[in-house]
Amino acid sequence: MVTDLLFYLFSAITVMAAVGVVTSRNQVHSVLFLILAFFNTAALFILLQAELLAALLVIVYMGAVAVLFLFVVMMLDVSFEELRKGMIQHLPLGVFVGAVILAELVVILSGIHAPHAPAAAATIPNAQLIGQVMFTQYLLPFEVASFILLVALIGAVVLTHRRRKVVKRQIISEQLARTREQSVALVKVASGQGAQQ
Amino acid sequence: MPVQMPDINLVAMLPEIVLSLLGLVLMLMSAQGDENRGGRISMLAMIGLVVAALITVGGKDATGFGSHFINDAFARSMKLLMYLSTGLVLFMSADYMKKHRIDGGEYQVLTLMALLGGMLMASAGDFLMLYLGLELMSLSIYVLAAIQRDELRSNEAGLKYFVLGSMASGFLLYGISLIYGLTGTTAYSGVAAALDPAHGGHMGTALILGVVMVMAGMSFKIAAAPFHMWAPDVYEGAPTSVTAFMAVLPKVAAFAGIFRVLLIAFPSLHSQWIPLVQLLAVFSMGVGAFAAIAQTNIKRMLAYSSIGHVGYILLGLAANSAAGLQSVVTYLAIYIFTSVGAFAIILLLNAGGIGDETEDYKGLAHKRPLLAFLMALFMFSMAGIPPLAGFIAKLYIFLAALQAGMLGIAIVGVLFSAVGAFYYLRIVKFMYFDAAKETETFGMAVGVPMRAILTVTGVIILVWGVFPESLLKWTATSVKAFAM
Repeated sequence: MVTDLLFYLFSAITVMAAVGVVTSRNQVHSVLFLILAFFNTAALFILLQAELLAALLVIVYMGAVAVLFLFVVMMLDVSFEELRKGMIQHLPLGVFVGAVILAELVVILSGIHAPHAPAAAATIPNAQLIGQVMFTQYLLPFEVASFILLVALIGAVVLTHRRRKVVKRQIISEQLARTREQSVALVKVASGQGAQQ
Repeated sequence: MPVQMPDINLVAMLPEIVLSLLGLVLMLMSAQGDENRGGRISMLAMIGLVVAALITVGGKDATGFGSHFINDAFARSMKLLMYLSTGLVLFMSADYMKKHRIDGGEYQVLTLMALLGGMLMASAGDFLMLYLGLELMSLSIYVLAAIQRDELRSNEAGLKYFVLGSMASGFLLYGISLIYGLTGTTAYSGVAAALDPAHGGHMGTALILGVVMVMAGMSFKIAAAPFHMWAPDVYEGAPTSVTAFMAVLPKVAAFAGIFRVLLIAFPSLHSQWIPLVQLLAVFSMGVGAFAAIAQTNIKRMLAYSSIGHVGYILLGLAANSAAGLQSVVTYLAIYIFTSVGAFAIILLLNAGGIGDETEDYKGLAHKRPLLAFLMALFMFSMAGIPPLAGFIAKLYIFLAALQAGMLGIAIVGVLFSAVGAFYYLRIVKFMYFDAAKETETFGMAVGVPMRAILTVTGVIILVWGVFPESLLKWTATSVKAFAM
């Protein structure tokens, strides 16, 4: 009973936070709403007795991803007001499509009788269970996932690291190779006349 | 609880291991070296492809890692098609890459990673592996599309593909999670067992929603209408060598994935997914036929043309018969050669400073008759005009559709094909019957790799058009894995 109440509480906050992400004018508020949504999802995982997933969500998504988003949003000079210009015109269509999809999903999914009851409270801790299957049963997907991360890494470097002509860079070897003759000129300056090239 | 290791069958996935290790080595090589390292890296990548192909040809049926990895005749055939598309595109784009300064090595590494993802999709026996393979392939191609960082259009193409592709992945994952929630497993064989009507396993509408979502996600990857909106913009904006790659590899990989999902996981739901595939086929054929007419850019035109080709391939899949599957693999094999050939000509003309507008092809036949003849060959083949290979491809698709009783859709398909012939023939008309601009000399040099590619693709299109027996024999053995 209490669990049910908590479930509805956390889900309601998650949904409201998700709406807030899309609708808030200030994009920093959007990211903060996103963090709220993550946190409530973590709470939902706790209700399912998946404490490891909840902890991961808090650490990885709230701790790392959302903070990264926040940095990006603060550093990028993008006028979101500009992007949002067409919103009012497209809103009716968007709401209509969303409502139709939602109605269909509700009709279809309300007919489900979950054939697999949620796993009974396990005697083995959740982290241990995940560890056992992640490196055995799911060994290959795990390795492939690491390749995906590698590609993401390569991609990030490929797309951002480049030699731009306008940037002045320090080339230490050239600096060291400069001789006294190239860089120093001794000029005798007569008083009252100034230096001349 | 004792730890149970899965059956780690490294021999079954030797080609994947070779290519992934090669990718890592090439990445290290790309980090240093002189200006010409790109050529060496491309060469090594192609040697790796040949080695992988040899291992694949000699491979035996096996499974590994539980149900996650399947090595059967179908997977091997699809992988051979993927090596072929990757190798041909890498081989022909060497000059283009050098000219546009994108041959630093990352390009080749990302190409290999995309290939690896595609191979994993073809061998996937589990929705999890399908998704991971798809992401590996897509992520590499998103980056490849945007690799010309100083070109606004390339950046736009990469970003557009990335945003829309992520949404498609969302659909796919939502479908997979529904299927997992209802059947309790992500393995294809497990899903099929849970749905087996013999054991009372019908799951109702929610499962069909899952199938629809999965198909929507996969349709995006093959650019089947109505999930094709991204294709023309991305094809146009991406570097031409990447466009050529995008036109072949993801299609083969995604079709391999769709095959396994529909035929192994959902054989009992065929009355549900066949109308879906038919609908996608008709939409795609229609968009491919009519939208391409208005295009003036040849890369956009080929994007719409590839949407049309996807429609015909889906028609073969909708037949849901051994003949249908065979016709699909045949079509894919022929499509690869035709598409690579056409893009080779575009790359060649690009190198000579000639743009991507169809008008730029005016008068090509008077100055470079051989090139114009080859381009005409590829265009005729795409239009499906005998005695070229493209005709054989379409013929077997329509035969399979007729055998499956899809008379109406087959007629519609033939009509769309006739409409589509218009814009292919328009290119031929520009090349042969219009005068070139005074200043245009079409004086570009044709390097050895280009000569090789054009000879191979041209000869194969001619030979398969007249003697398709060897191809048909090969495709028949490759789909035997699906007992139909």
